Amino acid sequence: MTPDILAALQAAQAAKRPVALLTRLGDGQQCLWPDTALPGALAEAAQAALRDDRAQNLTLDGEAWFVHPHNPPLRLIVVGAVHIAQALVPMAQTTGFAVTVVDPRRAWATADRFPGITLVHEWTDDAMVALAPDVRTAVVTLTHDPKLDDPALDVALRSEAFYIGALGSRRTHAKRVARLTELGHAEGALGRIHAPVGLNIEAVTAPEIALSIMAEVVATRRGAALARRAAPTAAAA
Amino acid sequence: MNDAEDVLATAAGWRAAGEAVALATVVETWGSSPRPAGSRLAVSASGRLAGSVSGGCIEGAVAEAAQQTMRTGTPQLLDFGISDERAWEVGLACGGKLKVFVETLS
Repeated sequence: MTPDILAALQAAQAAKRPVALLTRLGDGQQCLWPDTALPGALAEAAQAALRDDRAQNLTLDGEAWFVHPHNPPLRLIVVGAVHIAQALVPMAQTTGFAVTVVDPRRAWATADRFPGITLVHEWTDDAMVALAPDVRTAVVTLTHDPKLDDPALDVALRSEAFYIGALGSRRTHAKRVARLTELGHAEGALGRIHAPVGLNIEAVTAPEIALSIMAEVVATRRGAALARRAAPTAAAA
Repeated sequence: MNDAEDVLATAAGWRAAGEAVALATVVETWGSSPRPAGSRLAVSASGRLAGSVSGGCIEGAVAEAAQQTMRTGTPQLLDFGISDERAWEVGLACGGKLKVFVETLS
């Protein structure tokens, strides 16, 4: 890898810009897409690799190429700077997520409790609109307070976030589903909310709950059967 | 930060500190390979390792090839598989097959 390619690759990563690194395996020649204009088949492979977040191999004019996607990290937005969040945030970082914690309660969302983490103190709906969850974003609400959780979920449900999870018992969730239904969300859409949040591993402590949440986020991302649940309804209490 | 990015940053750090560095990348897998295509292992001239290209069974052989590439500057495409004599030597116990591309970080 030449210094130019390395520098361009690292610059793209720092700017959170998706790029694909293409290597001609015969001689090690490399280029970055979309920085370099490429013949149709290579550009298509690069685009597909980035979209699917999966490396590709292709042969063009008898030459083997390796197409290596470098996407920006997945994001996790944690609503509620609570005890469980303190356990969840470092776990998510280790798993490769860029983490943002949202909580307008400044006493909770402090640099002391979340060293080095991006903290957002706006009201949760404004914060969520600004953060604009996309297909590479997971959203977890942990405040257990409808005033804070509901507006965040409202925005999350209107986004393409790949995972939405909400802390709270089945009963709490049934009430939440009823409130969100009043806001105009359809039953099918509300089925996107994983609640009670996390895989059922009978978690008790904050780190155990964080582990169950992180496991469910990964299971959802990877399409594991474990992540699929029956859609909850207001009648499920 | 994803793990491939992490390895690249570590490798770039070694290089910036003046050490020769080679990068090994899994470019193709068949069967039950523990690490997917795109997984990286960085090797420094002094023998430091970061990242992985397998569950640990071929890292030794890849590190050796990496030292060779650092000396010659020529990239290599290594083939590991159950039908490969060399794979038996290094013990690819998982039964998977994979190709690893080795290049210098110049």
